[in-house]
Amino acid sequence: MDTALAVDRLHFAFTITFHYLFPQLTMGLALLIVILKTMALRTGEERYSQCARFWAKIFAVNFAIGVVTGIPMEFQFGTNWSKFSKSAGGVIGQTLAMEGMYSFFLESTFLGLFVYGEKRLSPRLHWVAAFMVFLGSWLSGFFIIATNAWMQHPAGYRVMPDGSIALTSLSGLIFNPWIFWQYLHNMTGAVVTGSFVMAALGAFYLLTGRHREHARVFVRIGVTAGSIATLLMIFPTGDGQGHNVAMHQPPTLAAMEGLFESTPGAPLAIMGQPDTERRRLDNPLTVPGALSLLTYRRWSGSVRGLNEFPRSQWPDNVELLYYSYHIMVGLGTILFAIMGVAVWKLWRGTLMQSKPVLWALMLSFPLPYIATTAGWTTAELGRQPWLIYGVMRTAQGLSPKVTAGSGLFTLLGFMGLYSLLSALFLFLIYREVEHGPEPESVAVHLPVPVPGAAA
Amino acid sequence: METLWFCLVALMVAAYVILDGFDLGAGIVHLAVARSDAERRQTLAAIGPVWDGNEVWLIAGGGTLFFAFPALYALAFSGFYLPLMVVLWLLILRGISIEFRSHLDNPVWASFWDPIFCGSSTLLAIVFGAALGNVVRGVPLDAAGDFFLPLWTNFLPGADPGILDWYTVLCGVTALAVLTLHGSAWLSLKTDGPVHERAERLIGRAWRIVLAAAIALSIASFAVQPLLAQSFKKHPWLAVFPALAAGSLALIRILRGERQRFLASAAFIAGMLASAAAGVFPYVLPSVSAANPGLTVFNSAPAQYGLKIGLAWWIPALLLAAGYVAFVYRRFSGKVAM
Repeated sequence: MDTALAVDRLHFAFTITFHYLFPQLTMGLALLIVILKTMALRTGEERYSQCARFWAKIFAVNFAIGVVTGIPMEFQFGTNWSKFSKSAGGVIGQTLAMEGMYSFFLESTFLGLFVYGEKRLSPRLHWVAAFMVFLGSWLSGFFIIATNAWMQHPAGYRVMPDGSIALTSLSGLIFNPWIFWQYLHNMTGAVVTGSFVMAALGAFYLLTGRHREHARVFVRIGVTAGSIATLLMIFPTGDGQGHNVAMHQPPTLAAMEGLFESTPGAPLAIMGQPDTERRRLDNPLTVPGALSLLTYRRWSGSVRGLNEFPRSQWPDNVELLYYSYHIMVGLGTILFAIMGVAVWKLWRGTLMQSKPVLWALMLSFPLPYIATTAGWTTAELGRQPWLIYGVMRTAQGLSPKVTAGSGLFTLLGFMGLYSLLSALFLFLIYREVEHGPEPESVAVHLPVPVPGAAA
Repeated sequence: METLWFCLVALMVAAYVILDGFDLGAGIVHLAVARSDAERRQTLAAIGPVWDGNEVWLIAGGGTLFFAFPALYALAFSGFYLPLMVVLWLLILRGISIEFRSHLDNPVWASFWDPIFCGSSTLLAIVFGAALGNVVRGVPLDAAGDFFLPLWTNFLPGADPGILDWYTVLCGVTALAVLTLHGSAWLSLKTDGPVHERAERLIGRAWRIVLAAAIALSIASFAVQPLLAQSFKKHPWLAVFPALAAGSLALIRILRGERQRFLASAAFIAGMLASAAAGVFPYVLPSVSAANPGLTVFNSAPAQYGLKIGLAWWIPALLLAAGYVAFVYRRFSGKVAM
């Protein structure tokens, strides 16, 4: 691969992967915080308000890093991918601008009220502020998925004689059929991350014998939401998204599954190493016919293998695509199993005393992050070699005058800066976790000492 | 339609510079007007609930530019690659310095973040000013419309300019002075006690520097960019914008009301930006090379459908955003106590 192309792809991959570690938690937590606020409102119990306040602090730290690492994403379309932006800006600029105009203004307005305004708002209005933050973040997710969906499965556009891509239908762009499952799959994934983090912290407090009252709430809500979300992750959203790929990106499906030969009754590979030189899956462990069943809803359907497509149509990194897909599916299954056991124990009323399950919950919180990252890697590598599927190749989208040297300079700069952010983040989260949700643990000196007090 | 979108993008830029400008300005003067920890918390509290929302105008404005003028967005962002990346790094450092400082009550922690907040705000003002200077001066576009500017060459605005030359440095310094004034006016409005007193004194001093810099910059701009003289000769009514800037600058000196003075400062910024935008219009990125005459609103806009349908959702969104801004600033009215 051309060096500049490799650097620019790594530049985007690194910055987006780091960035999305934070929004996936804030989008999931936003929903869980609304649930906590709702319970506080309904029961009038102070405990739920304290839980919501604690998670709002974790939310705020994550949100701040999400915001500052998000701005480079919008800029990078222009800085590193100017040919793509010049051609397709009339289309994807619409959804990106909508995100700024509709979600970011909403979020920034109500986040301030939510984090700093509890004392000045009635409980009902404070609930509204929490709900608006939730709405804003989920809207933001929608516009980003709409942008990505257009690159995966372009709709509502026309290629003009000068090579630029013109929008012909805004509703085609917003109601792109690809969006539906991808959005639900992605947002369910955010809820999985949020639930596991909440349950893991609850389990940690229970196992260390601290903040028991609050920890029970964390575990109960985390496990309830997490068991529903991990199920929805697999069916119907994961299945639906897989069907999107099977229908519209057949070489991608073949590469994800490591399937080289087209076969009726195609097997589903559980394990094995793809060998693209000899075009076979080494040491395969497969379920016969299962891939056909998942793709066509019948055991005998014929799935097209990579051999049916010219090499130029193959995703350019079949191996990594295959592994990231399998890591996502494998972890998704493990997460579902953990939550399945936990919810069964919760229903039986023995979860809070069950040490092995609490240990499993506590240790598994990194897994949703890995699964989400692997899932997005699958989506983005699966789109290759296309930048806009079937319309523009990735190699055609670069900024012609930005050299590999400039790109590497800024990539290394981001790596250094993000290392600093990671250290600060872990430090601040550790402190919040140490303080815990009890009321005397007010760790944050709110930088807003009640405006108007001296007016 | 292109002209309308040009005005809307200019409106977004002006809103960004005026709104984020005062919190950048508060950062620039942070170390000077606030000495003790309590005073520094006071300046941070004076921008705390609004700075994030102010920055959204940059992101939303960038998105608007992206779909209304994709060619401009793509070519300018890749051509100004290095300074934009510096802007991103500064925005990251500044954002976390504001958000994270309050998480720990420790003098070492605070004295780590205060200079970062001040330094990143100062550099951002200079880089933004220099960026605007580059757009007014023009860039060496090649036949395909691409360019890539090194950070500096010989510091002369000729056929082979860098991001920094004497003209763009002058723009950067002017921007620093203007935002110092603007930020001081905001802090004077929002604070009491010693911070208020120091901000008041800074307004007087910054005003004189802004006056000198604005006069120098105006003369230099006409010398560097001949389009300006042509535009103002062809459409004499455009003189309302420089007149607005000059009048507002005088008002800052005359007015005694803190709120009125801050609004005059905002009007001054709007007048300066509008003068520059109107002066180079219909160009949005003039060229200094013979190979390419430059980007105009007409050759950088997409097909008409996108611009028309864009209005349908964009205008309601802008009204909604304006509503949020009014709401937040009303809730946040009055002075911040120490």
